[in-house]
Order: sequence, then C-alpha cells, then structure tokens
Amino acid sequence: MSHLITLQADVAKITEDAWQFVALPPSQQEVRKQAGKVVLFKLTGEQTVTPEQIAGTLIPANGKVMVPLTVFIARKTELQARLDQHEVGVWLDTHESLTDLNQAQEDLNALPIIAVHVERFADGRIFSLGTLLRSRYGFKNELRAVGDVLRDQLFFLKRSGFNSFAMRTDRSATEAIASLNDFSQPYQGAVDEARPAFRRYNR
Amino acid sequence: MYKYDEIDQSLVDERVAQYRDQTKRYLVGQLSDDEFRPLRLQNGLYIQRHAPMLRIAVPYGMLSSKQLHKLADIASKYDKAYGHFSTRQNMQLNWPLLEDVPDILAELAKVEMHAIQTSGNCIRNITTDQFAGVAPDEVVDPRAMAEVMRQWSTFHPEFALLPRKFKIAVSGTKQDRAIVQAHDIGMEFYLDAQQQLAIKVWVGGGLGRTPILGTVIREHLEWQHALTYCEAIVRVYNLHGRRDNAYKARIKILVKALGIDEFKRQVEEEWVHLKDAPNTITEAELARVAQHFEPMPYEVLAHHDASYDAAIASNPAFAAWAKRSLHAHKMPGYRAVTLSLKTHGQAPGDASSEQMHAVADLAAQYSFGELRVSHEQNLILADVKLSDTFALWEKARAQGLASPNIGLLTDIICCPGGDFCSLANAKSIPIAQAIQMQFDNLDYLHDIGELELNISGCMNACGHHHIGHIGILGIDKDGSEWYQVTLGGSQGNQASLGTVIGPSFSAEEMPHVVEKLISVYLSERNGEERFIDTVRRLGIAPFKAHVYADKNAAKAEGIA
Repeated sequence: MSHLITLQADVAKITEDAWQFVALPPSQQEVRKQAGKVVLFKLTGEQTVTPEQIAGTLIPANGKVMVPLTVFIARKTELQARLDQHEVGVWLDTHESLTDLNQAQEDLNALPIIAVHVERFADGRIFSLGTLLRSRYGFKNELRAVGDVLRDQLFFLKRSGFNSFAMRTDRSATEAIASLNDFSQPYQGAVDEARPAFRRYNR
Repeated sequence: MYKYDEIDQSLVDERVAQYRDQTKRYLVGQLSDDEFRPLRLQNGLYIQRHAPMLRIAVPYGMLSSKQLHKLADIASKYDKAYGHFSTRQNMQLNWPLLEDVPDILAELAKVEMHAIQTSGNCIRNITTDQFAGVAPDEVVDPRAMAEVMRQWSTFHPEFALLPRKFKIAVSGTKQDRAIVQAHDIGMEFYLDAQQQLAIKVWVGGGLGRTPILGTVIREHLEWQHALTYCEAIVRVYNLHGRRDNAYKARIKILVKALGIDEFKRQVEEEWVHLKDAPNTITEAELARVAQHFEPMPYEVLAHHDASYDAAIASNPAFAAWAKRSLHAHKMPGYRAVTLSLKTHGQAPGDASSEQMHAVADLAAQYSFGELRVSHEQNLILADVKLSDTFALWEKARAQGLASPNIGLLTDIICCPGGDFCSLANAKSIPIAQAIQMQFDNLDYLHDIGELELNISGCMNACGHHHIGHIGILGIDKDGSEWYQVTLGGSQGNQASLGTVIGPSFSAEEMPHVVEKLISVYLSERNGEERFIDTVRRLGIAPFKAHVYADKNAAKAEGIA
C-alpha cells in the first residue's frame, strides 16, 4: 500500500505515487566523526556528491522522474525535452542550496514537483526550505517531504508549505493523517495561513 | 497577568491530547527512543538519574496563587511533595513517572499552564526581570511583549527543530536584571527620541561550554517588527547553525564564525523579505495583551509607615530580613518582597508543597494573588504594602521562607547537579549546603555584603557559574568529582565572565576555598566596596595566591 499522503484542497488522502524517485549511486565517503561521535548532519553548503555519482545516476527512460539537484544541474540538457513535457521534478537534501536550484531553473514553476529529502527527522532545515520555496521563490506546485518523514513532524511540515508527504514505510500512513491537524488554532502566521491569530480573530 | 482566551486554551488542550497519544505510541513500541526523545524534550521531560524530570513552563516567571496551589498539588500527587525553581524561572519535578505526564499536563492545562518547549532544540521560555511592572527604574514593562513573543514562538513551525536550544530574554529597565547579554537573543526595550517603544537587539550570547556575551545586532528596532526580526535571525541560524557538532551548535558559535557584521548582513537581507509581513505586531494586539498587565489597583499610601518603622526599630531580626528582602517599588508605600528558597542546609530553589501552598496564600492575602519566580531561584511577591510586611515576615518565617540572605553569599544559585541530573559531572547541592553551613553567622554574612555565588554541576551551566562573582563548576577527572573556581563574573549592564583561578578542588576543600577568597576581600576592600568591585580592582592574583598558598607550601615540602 502507498505511504504517500497528499493534501488536495486541504483534504488529506493516501495516493499512489506518480513519480519515480531517482537516487544517487552509493557514495564511497567515509563516516565522519567529531568529538568521538559520528556526525549525523551534513553542513549547509557542504558538497557531498561526486562527479562519478552524478554521471553514474541511472535515470529511467520513461515516465515521471524526480532527480537529485546535482544531477539536474549537471545533466539538464539531457532532461530538457522531458522537462518540457512536465515529467521532471527535482529533489534536494536539507544541506543543499535553493540558490543553486534557482540558478539552474529560473522558473521553478516549470517543475511539477520539488521534494526535500530529510535524512533525519530532527533536521529542522526542511521547514525553512519549504517556507522559502513557497514565500520567496513563489513555488506553487507539489512540494513533498521525503526521507525520514514521521507523523509527529507533519503539522509543522504542512504549515511550512508542504502538501505531499512520503511517509517512512515502516509506519502507518493512514494513522499519520490525524497529526496534520494536531492544532486547530496556531498562534503565528506561516505558509499555510499567513495571518497570525491576532489578525484572524477579534481576540 | 495574562489570561487565556479560547485560542490559548484550545492550544494547550490539544497539546495534552497530542502528547498523550505520543506517550501511548512510545509505550506500545510505535515510537523508538530516538524518535520519542525530541518529542518528550519539547514537553520538558528528561530521562534522569533516578526518574524522569519534568520541567513546567512559567512564562517570564509569572504565577498566580491558583497556579501555585496547583503546582503544589501536582507535586504532592505525582512527586515527592516538592518542586525545584530553576534559573530559567521554570519549575521542575524530579520524580514524576513517564506514564503520568499526560495527566500532569491535563492538570496544568486547567490552570492555563503547560510544559511546551521547556527543553529540546527549540525556542524556550522567554525570561525577564522578576520586578517587571513594579521596578522604579523601569522604562517599559516588558511583559506584554514577552507574552506576544511567547505566543509567536509556541509551535512556530519553521523553528520546531533548530540546531540547538534557543533562549530569549527581554528587559525594560535601566539596570538589566534579565541577563539579556547571556541569551541567544536579548531584547532591551526603551523609549526612543520620539518617545516610541523601541528595541535594542542583542544576539549570540550564552553560557554553557563556551560562554560568550551577546553583541548588539541592531540598536533601534521599532517594536512592531520584533517577531519578523526574530524570524530573520532564527532562520539564518536554522539554515546555517552547525548541526554536525552539538557542542558548536548554538547561535553564538555561528555569530563568532561569521563575525557580527556578516551575520547581521545575512539577517538584514532576510528581513527585507519578512518586514511588514502579517506577523508584524499590530497596535491592537499589543494593547489587547497589555491590558492584562495594567497596574494593580494600588491604594494611595504615604512613603513611610509608622508601624513598619517601629517594627524595624524594635525587632533586629525583622530589620535584618527587611534590609535584604524588600525592594523598591514604583508606588509609594509598597515594596516587592523576596521570599528566600535558600534556607541554609536546603537545596537552593527547592520548595515543598506545603511551602508552595503557603506562598500562594500569602500572595492572595498580600500581593493581589500573583507572584514571580526569579532567575536567582527565589519567589517574589511584587506588590506588598509596607504596613503588611511585618505580618508577612512572621508567616514566611514560620514556613522557612524568610532567610535574611537575599543577595548575600548564601543566596546561592545552583542547578540540581549530580544528585538528580544525568548530564552533571558532579554534585552541586551538597557544595551549596556546605558553604551555607560554613557561613551560618548572620552578622558575618551581612558584613561580607552583596555577593553572588553560582554553582553548576557541569559545563552546561544551568547554575550560571560564569556570571557568578564566585563561580563553581563541577568537573569530572578520572571518574571523581572536582570543582573549578572562577572569579569576577557578573550579571547586569556591566556583565562579565569569570576567570578560572587555577587547578580544581575536592568537595571537602570548597567551603575553605570560599572562606579564603572572602578573607582576602575583607582585608583588601576599600570602605563599602563590594566583593565584585574589589576583584575588579585587584584582579585575581591576590585571591589566587592566598587560596593556593597552602597547596604550594605542601608541594614545596614534598620536593624538599
């Protein structure tokens, strides 16, 4: 069964995924340690993808594909025809840059989907990235959270502009839907409702 | 104080339901330890040495009598009938059961309280001056803005999982009492040349492992922009703060690495887009919140009260207490009163349920039913008539809440330490108790005068040891507990960080080390000079020489 939740006109549904997620080939990078502990989070702006990985990424020949940002940038010419057919989306990691994406693709709304991949659910950069994509870059199409996506972050993801959630497959997506509405009257304005409580109600 | 409307209430009620469900999923194994950790932490629940510790939010330190009664009842029902007031103006329970926490939250919600964002990598409780609204040197009552900011930061979706914890303090006085320079963001309210409310914004302060005082990022910010400007700061931090190393993840490290000019440039660039967004505070909203902090219905009183003067003249014990515990008030005939949670031999900041009930009753009887928690870990009744202070003192004394040591050496600021906290390297409460017993002579204590002594059981610095005139830090050396001493730290406008005097000491040595530091001060001070001023004038050298004299002599003998 699908683990994809999508919001359509504010109604959450479990839907079949029309997109093929294109992963990078495994990297040969060694595990980094700091102060004796394995480093769990990559630094913002850190270059983690090698030219070999980009060249070696296998992109399915047919159907809708969601490709890594680095592959999109390096191999855009190759993808252009499919891009024109609205069959190419882009995913980026939480340590990657929206400026890079925007430089490669000035009109982001030519992309039917952008996904942000969160390697660990505790990485809150995903919320700022979603917020910026919606508010700064005016992205209007499907914005999806992928990776370590768990129900207890759904409310924040929704408020940060995400409308599509590829839930971790070892958990129930059906049950997770309830958490999209954990709070009915949030205080502050955010992407989904720009007005804070004090502008929405006569308090 | 602020009263919840339906929106505030629905939020805390929904939080109880959410957390109840999260706890249930954790207990049946649908949430792993790693997944549950940030959820419980953002609800103030630590897994501790003996049992979980639950930190309950006391927004900017304000409590009503009703709320304090509730805290006392909760401590009796779910804990060992006492609570610990912390340097973040919150209250902590040391022995609740993980399974009971949802019920505790439900009880708290009934009195407009919660434990939201009292821990975890998010925006924490916003703190301020314990004398807000009554201090004579106050320019702006910071509480309405603190409440507006509390609401904004509660479940802010973009900042739900920051690189590390994030603390904001606000202040509206000439003499800073909220240590704004030791916070991730410090906001100093003032009236500008046009007599408009403005904010001086500090950023990148913090104690902990790498103590740094904040830097001014903006001298003048119009109050309407407080939230959007904070959003710009926190967004830059959220995206660029170091998540690769927990010890380098606070905003202070980012500000240092970029330099304040570059950091400010990035913030201002972000703010161009956020300025005037709907989160801009409206006149109506500030007015709505501010009406909850209107001045109390004070009586018109004379500056002096004959019964008070007579009690001072005839009762030396009352006079000694009054000298330390009564604080100036903007209204004639009123005082703010500090009730000491630093009775010698007790854990600093601890209050029993019985004491909490008693304080709640005293607040109801003498101080319009409200009280405050100070970051020095005492309780304050902010609006007491001078003519009531004697009766108040007698009742407080009967409850062990009237130690005349406020602001003196034994008014020790202290974290729970190794007796309770699993982060601690060393015990802190027994050190505090030993020092209190060493300085049990009141005349001597008053002769030493104003002195702030802070103890932290580890470098996380919950006891704010860096800004103690004397700071004591528990450290671990090869599995045993040692104590490092710093001198010359201070809070306030001239905030400074203490300097380590030398090699660390054992627990047994500590009372004597403090005694030696004091003896240097007593022989060197000029007239009425305070301890901190003597340290500033002389530097640490004479103190160091005296403290280590015996040790050096012993070493020399050993070599001979």
